[in-house]
Amino acid sequence: MSSVETRDVDVLDLGELGHHAGDAEQTELLTINLGPHHPATHGVLRLYTTLEGEVIRDIKPIIGYVHTGIEKTAEDKSYWKVIPVVERMDYLAYYFNAHAFCGAVETLLELEVPKRAQYLRVIHLELNRIQSHLVWLGTSALDVGAMSLLFYCFRERENCLDLFEMSSGQRMHTRYIQVGGVMEDIPVGFAEKAKAFTKRMRNSADDYHALLSKNEIFLNRMRNVTPLDEQTLLDLGVTGPLLRAAGNPWDLRKAQPYSSYEDFDFKIPVGTKGDNWDRYAVRMAEIYESCDIIDQALDGLPEGAHIADDRKVVLPPRHELATSMEALIHHFKLVTEGFRVPPGEAYYPIESPRGELGCFVRSDGSSKPARVHMREPSFVNLQAIGPMVTDSYIADLIATLAMLDPILGGIDR
Amino acid sequence: MPDATGLELLAGELRDADADTVLGTLYFRDKGAIDVAPSRIREVLRFLKGKGYTFLASVHGLDYYPEEPRLGVQYELLDMSSVDRLTVRLRVPVDAPNVPSVTPEWPTADHQEREVWDMFGVVFDGHPDPRRILMPEDYEGHPQRRDFPVGGEPVLFTYHQAQGTDYTLGVDPPHEGSSTPA
Repeated sequence: MSSVETRDVDVLDLGELGHHAGDAEQTELLTINLGPHHPATHGVLRLYTTLEGEVIRDIKPIIGYVHTGIEKTAEDKSYWKVIPVVERMDYLAYYFNAHAFCGAVETLLELEVPKRAQYLRVIHLELNRIQSHLVWLGTSALDVGAMSLLFYCFRERENCLDLFEMSSGQRMHTRYIQVGGVMEDIPVGFAEKAKAFTKRMRNSADDYHALLSKNEIFLNRMRNVTPLDEQTLLDLGVTGPLLRAAGNPWDLRKAQPYSSYEDFDFKIPVGTKGDNWDRYAVRMAEIYESCDIIDQALDGLPEGAHIADDRKVVLPPRHELATSMEALIHHFKLVTEGFRVPPGEAYYPIESPRGELGCFVRSDGSSKPARVHMREPSFVNLQAIGPMVTDSYIADLIATLAMLDPILGGIDR
Repeated sequence: MPDATGLELLAGELRDADADTVLGTLYFRDKGAIDVAPSRIREVLRFLKGKGYTFLASVHGLDYYPEEPRLGVQYELLDMSSVDRLTVRLRVPVDAPNVPSVTPEWPTADHQEREVWDMFGVVFDGHPDPRRILMPEDYEGHPQRRDFPVGGEPVLFTYHQAQGTDYTLGVDPPHEGSSTPA
């Protein structure tokens, strides 16, 4: 008990005396590069850090090390071939990338997505959100010294990837979401397996809580560490769990429902202070909410087609190719040239595990997009690292970066 | 979502303040867009902030090649309380690609304006840190422009080229003990 009190006094000291941690003892500034190759940077991120003793006085993120020109590549491919390319941006949220892109193209095409396809999308998006949060939790816990959690998180993630493999044949970068719907209906047994997964996932999340949420060391690294207020976050364009941790319940699934999210009953977890603890707690709570959404979507899965019936855009069913000349022609045109999209511009935002993921597509009327741009939440959120960690300890930088959850594949694209 | 009438009213108010500001409006797929003069972008965004569009979701660049003026910058604004989105668009020519930076008032534009400069060569006047962001600092050209060719990147690590041992040239000496020529 006494140790808890001592900690609180320490925290109060720094705030109430009105000076920053580490003042007075050190005056010499030291500049170091954290990264680009460093396990705690969650990718190839370089942090140009100015230190005074152990205290960070200035920090500049330097990015671009894994820039692969995906947006440029996308301009050279027909619309349906862009999907696997954009999936590789944020490599933990591939369903989200594909859905943002397909949503923008569907807006331009004014294509109606069947209800069943919307539900199937939601099931996979939420599974993907859990999978992404599991990787975040495992690696973040590793960063602050809780090693065993990585293995538990990746154990559950395997189950999630098994489900992806069952419905699409791929474990990552599944190309499951297509323009007009999804690739295939879920196979027999998928619903039961997914139900079993959500049940197990809730129990596992309870276990994670038991391992972390009462752990003294973990609490010291999280509570009251690097808080940032709501207004600063909004000015910096930060969205997703980071903004919700500061108390703003902005979630596009509720605010601007897409893909039938309005049909589901789920809560938006919010924090109060916007410190590391809230960032952790919000994401943990989201895992349970995602499980609820998956269960509801599986229970209420409507009958019908898994993809739209527009033969100018969607591939005809395989069995028709043997009997229908029309289907064969459509198939040939779609595979060789691709479909054409009316000229125009569309911006389609969705709620990815890291915030607002918006896909901007400009069409010039041909079968290739004239511009594909992703408003990547990681790219925008990374700007908050400076305001968050300035004048705090370098150890807190590692914990804060873990809670920021940047994915460098998404930042650099 | 604002309807077409609401968009016209908004554009009308902007015109009342300064007749040269608004170049046109577009209502497309249930979403409004306002085309503005590049030099007036700060005033426009400030006005719209007062109208409730307090969140700048995205700043992105475009190349309208071969149309003129070629380069475009778009600002995706969001009103969180009435859940309203609005696009502010501007166009600048390649030989005078200057746009006032909105970063001082909208800190979120920092990285995004740097990306637009990097990829399209739009110069944001008044940006506090106008460096490239994704490409190397000594890179020449702006790769996302439509007339920038795909492929043919120079190799950054040139040690083996200078030695004449670059395996991509097919002049690598065979491994010791290997009977097959390189």
